[in-house]
Amino acid sequence: MAEMMYWEAIRRAHDEEMSRDPLVICMGEDIGVAGGTYKATQGLYDKYGPERVIDTPISENGYTGVGIGASFVGIRPIIEIMSVNFAWLAMDQIFNSAAKVRYMSGGQLEAPVVIRSPGGTAHQLGAQHSARMEKVFMGVAGLRVVTPSNPRQAYGLLKSAIRCNDPVFINEHELMYNMKGEVPDAEFFHPLEGSEVTRAGRDVTLFGYNISVHWCLSAADILAKQHGIDAEVVDLYSLSPLDRAGIAASVSKTHRALIAEEAEASVGVGAEVMAIINEQCFFELDAAPVRVSAVNVPVPYNHKLEKASIPNTNDVVAAVLKMFGKA
Amino acid sequence: MKLEDKKRVLREMLYARRFEERCYEAYVERKIGGFLHLYPGQEACCHGVLEAARPGYDYVITGYRDHVHAIKCGADPKEVMAELFGKETGSSKGRGGSMHIFDVKHRFMGGYALVGGPFPLAVGMAKGIKLKSTDEISICFLGDAANNQGTFHESLNIAAVWQLPVLFVCENNLYGIGTRIDRSTAVIDQHKRVCGYGFPSVQVDGQDIEAVYEAAKIAVNHVRSGKGPYFLELMTYRYRGHSMSDSNKYRSKDEEAEWTKRDPIYILRDRLIKEKALTLDEYKKMDQTIIDEIENEVIRFCEESPEPKVEDLQKYVLADNDPWVKGGAR
Ligand SMILES: Cc1ncc(C[n+]2csc(CCOP(=O)(O)OP(=O)(O)O)c2C)c(N)n1
Ligand SMILES: [Mg+2]
Repeated sequence: MAEMMYWEAIRRAHDEEMSRDPLVICMGEDIGVAGGTYKATQGLYDKYGPERVIDTPISENGYTGVGIGASFVGIRPIIEIMSVNFAWLAMDQIFNSAAKVRYMSGGQLEAPVVIRSPGGTAHQLGAQHSARMEKVFMGVAGLRVVTPSNPRQAYGLLKSAIRCNDPVFINEHELMYNMKGEVPDAEFFHPLEGSEVTRAGRDVTLFGYNISVHWCLSAADILAKQHGIDAEVVDLYSLSPLDRAGIAASVSKTHRALIAEEAEASVGVGAEVMAIINEQCFFELDAAPVRVSAVNVPVPYNHKLEKASIPNTNDVVAAVLKMFGKA
Repeated sequence: MKLEDKKRVLREMLYARRFEERCYEAYVERKIGGFLHLYPGQEACCHGVLEAARPGYDYVITGYRDHVHAIKCGADPKEVMAELFGKETGSSKGRGGSMHIFDVKHRFMGGYALVGGPFPLAVGMAKGIKLKSTDEISICFLGDAANNQGTFHESLNIAAVWQLPVLFVCENNLYGIGTRIDRSTAVIDQHKRVCGYGFPSVQVDGQDIEAVYEAAKIAVNHVRSGKGPYFLELMTYRYRGHSMSDSNKYRSKDEEAEWTKRDPIYILRDRLIKEKALTLDEYKKMDQTIIDEIENEVIRFCEESPEPKVEDLQKYVLADNDPWVKGGAR
């Protein structure tokens, strides 16, 4: 088992798949000669050449559609969109072409593309570079949405996404590319569906995904050490489809639930998980589920305001203590 | 064009005309729902271009006015009409409708309803062709108003920078729904807009199939021989409303009458009659045969076909049992 960074794990998945299959290509702004904004494609241009590691013009809707069109004729494109904030411009092609083509062709055509893009608040990048968009993607039939919380998932989810015949959106995070973690030396494929119990516990379930898994894990430590509360942490690496059975199983065990998300609460992951809890296991609940979410505001530039706009570990701890009547 | 090809294509165009007119009737009879965009008036565009290409082999993509393009690529007219009827036997199993005809085995890669949506898809197919080093080309048929979308410019630029085998065909019928081109578009001659992307573009009379064919031959040759993209602008006119819900308040009777005089089917028919390759009687007989054929084969097939089962509502959303969803086949 080797330790590697999140970006290295993504790069490794690209490299393995591109060396296995000449029809796997990658494309995006500055991914080739420049090696990628987050280094996810570093060195691949020299190895695979400009026809397969493609620097695109700044035409998000255009090149995303080009990748989708290429997938119609057997190519397996991995499309990098520099930031989810720019993915808005590609929504037409992602939603109207990739997600719907299998259905509206009665199963004749499919769009096996991978679209990778980082979302989330980094360091004072301002409102137009800090948004989260996973809630938008996960509401659309015909599209899979996964979001890795560590290098192992970043590697394994991308490997499976490239081979899967559905379009897959991979939601990454700008702050996580340098995160270190263990990735198995042997090739492996992470399931695209399901959820993972990252820490088992009895008293409350903390649901997180991507960066918020880490708030949940550190909150669980604090809750155990300082408050005697044994929290379970569930990593929702698949946002579409959400793991209804996994969510219900954990809540049926702990009888309490909290969802932590970096995005605003409205129409979000937390709202959806709460709805699933209601539908699947309402009578298992000992307390009303709660959400820990961002403040509903365009992300501010000022660092104090920026910090205040998104949740963190302490917010998760405080919300759990409140749920237990301890705050 | 060779004489026997001209005769065959005359029949095909007349078939397309009668097919579309029968769609109109079926819509009025409420057999067809939704939006329905018909093709009469523009037949020489689709047929002229594809006569010069290899339908069924080259990849073809278009917008929502798509029935005739699909049939010309090799789609069974019965399946196309059944799709409009929403039947399980339809080309998209009743899940697509008039605007979403697909026949992938004949490389008809779809009808799409977002104006301008197919541009990048066509370029992407061309990228795939180039990567695989095969000799197909990608052909994108769209309207004049679609050129005001960002995708037009993004796609033409990408096709040019990457030197891709894609032929853009602009069927300039002078209107985007009810807005005449000069009210929406700064430059009426669409081929002129292409000079900013540095590849060849020409404008041709889209009512005369032989003119279309000759221009398309040059275009297809250019694209297939690896010289990069090409743009063909075909000046044409649609005789019916934009769709079935058309106010018809935006163009004059005089203008319509002018264009009706240049009916692509009559232009070819009269030429064949003049060349003594056809008599008016033969033409009328052929017409009646086509009308009967559509009624007795196509419409009957649709009437007798079953609808999709409601239990199958969620079929075709995602791949069936894709092993990678569970992390591989092992
Ligand atoms: C993105 C988008 N905007 C608007 C529409 C509504 N709409 C449908 S067809 C059309 C006009 C397109 O005209 P043109 O491209 O010239 O094609 P034509 O219908 O003349 O064949 C419009 C505005 C749409 N379908 N998609
Ligand atoms: Mg038009």
